[in-house]
Amino acid sequence: MKGLNRNQLAARIARDIPEGAYVNLGIGAPTLVANYLPPEREIFLQSENGILGMGPAPPQGEEDPDLINAGKQPVTLLTGGCFFHHGDSFAMMRGGHLDICVMGAFQVSGEGDLANWSTGALDAVPAVGGAMDLAIGAKRVFVMMDHVTKAGEPKIVAQCTYPLTGSRCVNRIYTDLAVLDVTRDGLRIADIVPGLSFEELQRCTGAPLLR
Amino acid sequence: MIDKIFPSAAAALADIPTGATIMVGGFGTAGMPLGLIEALIEQEAKELTIVSNNAGNGDTGLAALLNARRVRRIICSFPRQADSWVFDRLYKEGAIELELVPQGNLACRIEAAGAGLGGVFTPTGYGTQLAQDKETREIGGRHYVLEYPIHADYALIKAERGDRWGNLTYRKAARNFGPIMARAARCTIAQVREVVPLGAIDPEIVVTPGIFVQRVVSEGGATVTARRQA
Repeated sequence: MKGLNRNQLAARIARDIPEGAYVNLGIGAPTLVANYLPPEREIFLQSENGILGMGPAPPQGEEDPDLINAGKQPVTLLTGGCFFHHGDSFAMMRGGHLDICVMGAFQVSGEGDLANWSTGALDAVPAVGGAMDLAIGAKRVFVMMDHVTKAGEPKIVAQCTYPLTGSRCVNRIYTDLAVLDVTRDGLRIADIVPGLSFEELQRCTGAPLLR
Repeated sequence: MIDKIFPSAAAALADIPTGATIMVGGFGTAGMPLGLIEALIEQEAKELTIVSNNAGNGDTGLAALLNARRVRRIICSFPRQADSWVFDRLYKEGAIELELVPQGNLACRIEAAGAGLGGVFTPTGYGTQLAQDKETREIGGRHYVLEYPIHADYALIKAERGDRWGNLTYRKAARNFGPIMARAARCTIAQVREVVPLGAIDPEIVVTPGIFVQRVVSEGGATVTARRQA
């Protein structure tokens, strides 16, 4: 059994983003999802720093320091896109106007609690950015992450031990091994990589799974 | 005749006192008013409180102001970045105080100040460490945290075009915090790429109306001053 790599996982998420959706892709791995959005679908990418209709990275030499994404990498604006200030941007994010956001995570609980801004390490410089606004504000919150840590510990847990970004806010978890929906009854498997059994998936998941 | 154009960044910043609270526009380096920050470094004010999304990048701009140990406290959402070594060092030394605020709460607290509101009930951060010990309320079945406005003595922002009445337009995603900070400060100083005559900005596209802007410095003036003083 072999799990999906980062790009395959990004492509898997992109498949589920419909025509017309307003979408925020978090910094880091979720940014890769943009590379796999089907060109025949019109999908609006929002960037917290004031862009709607964000396009791909510009060709080398055409970068504009005033046109960057949330990760501060150069991007472009699609025809029809627009700019706005931070008040409007976070009204979009907090006010329930985004259909989907995709974020990375350190941990997600079986009830959809999200921990992705701090490991709680005392000597670390903290930073939160727009994560807490997206977590509670988007209509659907997708998490994109590895199923287990590098040390093999489950990242899907009964209860988050890292500081929370938002409680009961995650709708769907995409990992290299499975797609899980957070439901009232618990985590339901929507998809599982070929060759992996329910029991094997449950063994590396810290919360009970429903078939 | 009302003329808010100042001849140099140094002149526009001359009255900023020690202990002032200063908003600094920008998201990373996009929209950061470098000329004004350089003039602030040349100026003597210390013990400053800075309100800005980030805590400086590399060794210039806000990072240089921090490095000059002129900032006592910073209110921001995302201080830790690949190139935030100046802040990281000061923070670990205990030489700077940090108030970490979720970015949308930073924005709406600044907006609240500009709009004359006494506070905002926001859902962001509810149930997290960043809302610890804050007043909460359930409204319409949803939980909210009471966040207070952030006022400032000065806002230093970067805009694209400005006229002598202080009307401003911005360029691309460099707009970010500029318009909301302009409203929240007692004295807003805008560094603009181009000073234009009254009427040259189509009134339909003015982003920040001049009532929110007290001083305008042309970027040419700002950088010339900074270069001369460097």
